[in-house]
This record gives sequence, structure tokens and C-alpha cells, in this order.
Amino acid sequence: MTTNILEYLEATAERIPDSPAFSDEKLTLSFLEFLKRSRAVGSFLIGKGVKRRSPVMVIMNKKPDTIAVFFGVVYAGCFYVPIDPDMPPDRVKLITAKLDPQCVFTDKKNFDPEKYGLTCPVFEPDEAESAPLMEEGLRAVRDTSIDTDPIYVVFTSGSTGIPKGVLACHSSVIDYAEAFTGMLKPSVSSVFGMQVPLYVDACLKEILSTIKCGSHTWLIPRSMFMFPVRLVEYLNRHEINTLCWVVSALTIISGLGTFETIRPSHLSTVCFGSEVFPVRQLALWREVLPECRFINLYGPTEATGMSSYYELPKDRIFGPDDRIPVGKPFKNTRIFLLDDDDKEAIEGEICITGRCLTLGYFRDEERTAKAFTQNPLNHDCHELIYRTGDIGRYDENGDLVFVSRKDSQIKHMGHRIELGEIEQNAGMLEGISSQCCVYDDIRNRIVLYYTGEAEPKDIMMSLKSKLPSYMLPSKLEKLKVMPVTNNGKIDRSSLRNKAKEEE
Amino acid sequence: MMLEKLTELLKGLHPEADIENEDGLIDNGILNSFDIVTIIAEVDDMFDVKIPASEIVPENFNSVRALSDLVERISEEF
Repeated sequence: MTTNILEYLEATAERIPDSPAFSDEKLTLSFLEFLKRSRAVGSFLIGKGVKRRSPVMVIMNKKPDTIAVFFGVVYAGCFYVPIDPDMPPDRVKLITAKLDPQCVFTDKKNFDPEKYGLTCPVFEPDEAESAPLMEEGLRAVRDTSIDTDPIYVVFTSGSTGIPKGVLACHSSVIDYAEAFTGMLKPSVSSVFGMQVPLYVDACLKEILSTIKCGSHTWLIPRSMFMFPVRLVEYLNRHEINTLCWVVSALTIISGLGTFETIRPSHLSTVCFGSEVFPVRQLALWREVLPECRFINLYGPTEATGMSSYYELPKDRIFGPDDRIPVGKPFKNTRIFLLDDDDKEAIEGEICITGRCLTLGYFRDEERTAKAFTQNPLNHDCHELIYRTGDIGRYDENGDLVFVSRKDSQIKHMGHRIELGEIEQNAGMLEGISSQCCVYDDIRNRIVLYYTGEAEPKDIMMSLKSKLPSYMLPSKLEKLKVMPVTNNGKIDRSSLRNKAKEEE
Repeated sequence: MMLEKLTELLKGLHPEADIENEDGLIDNGILNSFDIVTIIAEVDDMFDVKIPASEIVPENFNSVRALSDLVERISEEF
């Protein structure tokens, strides 16, 4: 039985040491090289005397070395906390304060720890990757590790304005690796093109497939997603055959008419998720790639990666009113729906249980207890479930369909965002007396309405210093009065309609 | 007119940048992929001009002047 994710890497590095594991334009690491670097980083950390089961922050760009640092941290018996290197320092500060990391790895030039609220040691990855191996130290860590030890924390948007960190362990990630690769069936001939950044758990799809099944992953630079024709050229040049992308990345290609100029030539599997795929866009993809597998994925970070999947039958056409199901749970995962009275229903809150559950939110017992609860259907024994806050229903084929969110969380360009966090940050600015953030799902844009003296461009400037770019509103509009409902609450739905109607 | 409107649009997205004089909007990492998608949608809304994928290349987005030339060129072609 696998009890440590490093076993996957070690077995693959022994089987195919010289095959490529991770690549970007500058560097390709073979499995053996990748393993060596990871073990060197692990040895380096052990040499520095880091405490076991404690956080190591990683503020690094999207490149093969970064993944080696992740695994190095795990080799040292610690857990890695990947941070977007472009995240405004003020927001990182909030995370740092909660996390209290042992140390930080960064490849940022002229990094000023104080700006990020950091007082711990800061290391450069190059230094660690060439550190001498400490076989005994690595062995000692492994011998005393268990599969409920944490591996990583990823931070997601929080409605109170403070990001929350989801803590995953070996067993939850192993469970996901087995279920996901069992469904996708990647092999040594699979070539992935990774779209997602390394600071979200979505990147596990490629990383786990690579280390477990010997596939090859290309880390596609973010800037590539600005230029759809170049992006397809990139896929073709590297003979990429497997994609696991957020929907908005796929629709950048299809929506801008790229297929009239160039078509992907090697794709055989396309997984998508995180957002609803507009049926017309999906049809364009299926027309260009009639033999390709298309798989819709669904799952919250709290249940490690993805929880359910639906492979589109080749002969099923989706009409404008059809929703693509999120299908059936992965092997060894159970999903059920609870209504407002906590009774099992055919439409209700999506609840998940199984070994896939993460350890909850880092240093946040209150929010953990709210979301991870005893299964109300089980009166016999302890059984934790995760309440997603998503509403789902079953269709006539018994497939799960995502309906909506219970709260004001949205998915925008693949990122999970609490509109409340944007409002919190806007509300702290001078010259704003009230504010409301809505999502226009027709144009896929965030719109911030506010009242007060402040000018839109000044608000934009301030928000830029507090929020990552994907959380910035595309449109800011000053209102004379904020519309309210009969109970005196801000009338969100009228503003949502306004956002959709306006240019 | 077109140049003005586009300048206004880019300033709204990036008030911190010197939009009028910047000639490295892409090369200097000012615009990101969200911006490109926004710009393409806004150009369609404002001028009823659809920028084809083959024209979505860094050279056409590096400065507000280049973008304005592009939009003008496409609108003339139709």
C-alpha cells in the first residue's frame, strides 16, 4: 500500500530514469534529475534543522524547479505553501501572519522579506538544489512519516477578506492520484500541457500523472494565454496530447476564432472544469477534434483536486439549454445531496466524503468545523463530510449536475473568488461609502458598484495593491444611490441585471 | 477618436501605467490575458470590430497606437 507520495516518484525514476518529466522553454528535467533535485532540497532543509510537519513557503515562478522544491519540502517532512509570485505583498502579509512559516524559497530578484511580513530565513532554490545529500536524514524522515501528515496548503479567497488555507495530506493526495489516473489512464506517451498555475491544487492533475505514470508535462507560460494562435502552435510544436484546462483558457482559443487559422494536431484528451462550458464553444472544440475524449471535472480544493467526472459520450449532442453534467464520483469517493433540513434529496447541497477529504483549514478551527461536519445521515459512528456550498441535482441518467452556489463565491477565469473579499477590500478605501460586487456571467466579468467621492481609477490603483489580478473588477461604476431591497439590504440581483444589460 | 477611446479603456485597466507613451504593454508585462480578452470584447462592443485570432499577436498590443492602427485597419477591410 502506498503511504507516501514520494513512492510514486521513486518508482517511476527507477523505471524510466532518463525520460523527460517536467519541461519549460528553458529546461527539461528527467525523472532522475528531478528526483535528485528534490532530494537535495530535502537534505538542505533537514540540514537547516527545519521542524517536521511545519510550513515552508514557496514564492516561485512556474518552472520545473518549483515542483522540485515542492517535493524537496515533502522529503524534509514539511509541507509546502505555494504563493503566486505576482500576488500583492499586502495580501501575502495576511497569509504570512496566519502561517508563520519556517522558511521561504523564492526566485524573485531583490526580494524584500519585510514587505511580505516575513521574519524567517529566505533561501534561493539554486542553493538548495545543489546541497549535498543527507541519506540518513532523509531515511529518518521517511521511517517516521505517516499518511495523515500534511503535504501542502493552498490559499483560496475568503469572504471575510482573509484568504483561507486548505491543508492536504499524503492519504488524500494518494487517493486522488489513484482515482484520477485510473479514470484518465495517462501513460509514458502522454504529454500534458499545464495551463494552471502552480499555486493552486489544480496542478496536481499533471504533477501526479507525471510522477505516477511517467507522463511528460510542459509548463505553459502564462503569457502564452494572451495569444491564441501562438498557444496552439506551442501545443503542436511540443506534440502535447493531453490538456486539463479551465474552461476560460479553452474558450480563449475557440472564442477568438483561432481554429480558422490553426488547429491542434495531437490532442487526444481534453479535461475541463472549474466553470460551465458554454455549449457553443464546446461544439467548436468537438467539431475540430471529433476523436478526442472530452471530460468534465468537478471538485472543491477541500476534497483534494477533483471529486467527480463526466466523459462526454461521442454521440451526445448538447443543446443550448443543456448543462454538461459533472457526472459520477471518482472511485473511493461518495457524493450525496442534502436539502435545507439535512435530508437526502435529488436537489441540494453537494456533500463529499471519503479518503479524499483534506485536513481542513490551516489554523482555523471555526471555519473547518462549519464546512467539515458529521454526516447528518449517519447516526452510527463518526463520519466526516465536506459541505461544498454548491447546489447540485441529479439528471434523468442519474448524473450529477452543478446548479449554482449557495453564497457569493464565483469562478472567474478558473479562479475561485469570494466577491465578499473584493467588497471588503474596496470598503476599506477612502472615499467609498458603500459597495457591491457582482458577477456578469454573460461577459464573464466582475463589476464593482459603489457610492462615494472616489474616482474609479483611484479605486483601481488601490485594489491593485491588495488583490491579485484575477480578482480585479473589469468595470467600476459610481452610483448616486445604492439600490436596496425592502429589508434594506443591497439589492444584489438588480445590480447583477444592471451589469448584464450595460455595455 | 478611436485612439482616445482606446487610451481611456487601457487607463481604466491600468491607471498606474503611462498608457500614452508606453510602447511595451506586452513586453514589459503590463497587460495580462484577462486584459487582452477584455480589450477584444470592448473593441467589439465599442466599434463593432472583431479582431481575428491571427491578429492577436504581441506587436498589435504593445502600444495604444499599435492597437488603434490595428482596429482601424480591420474596420477598413470590411
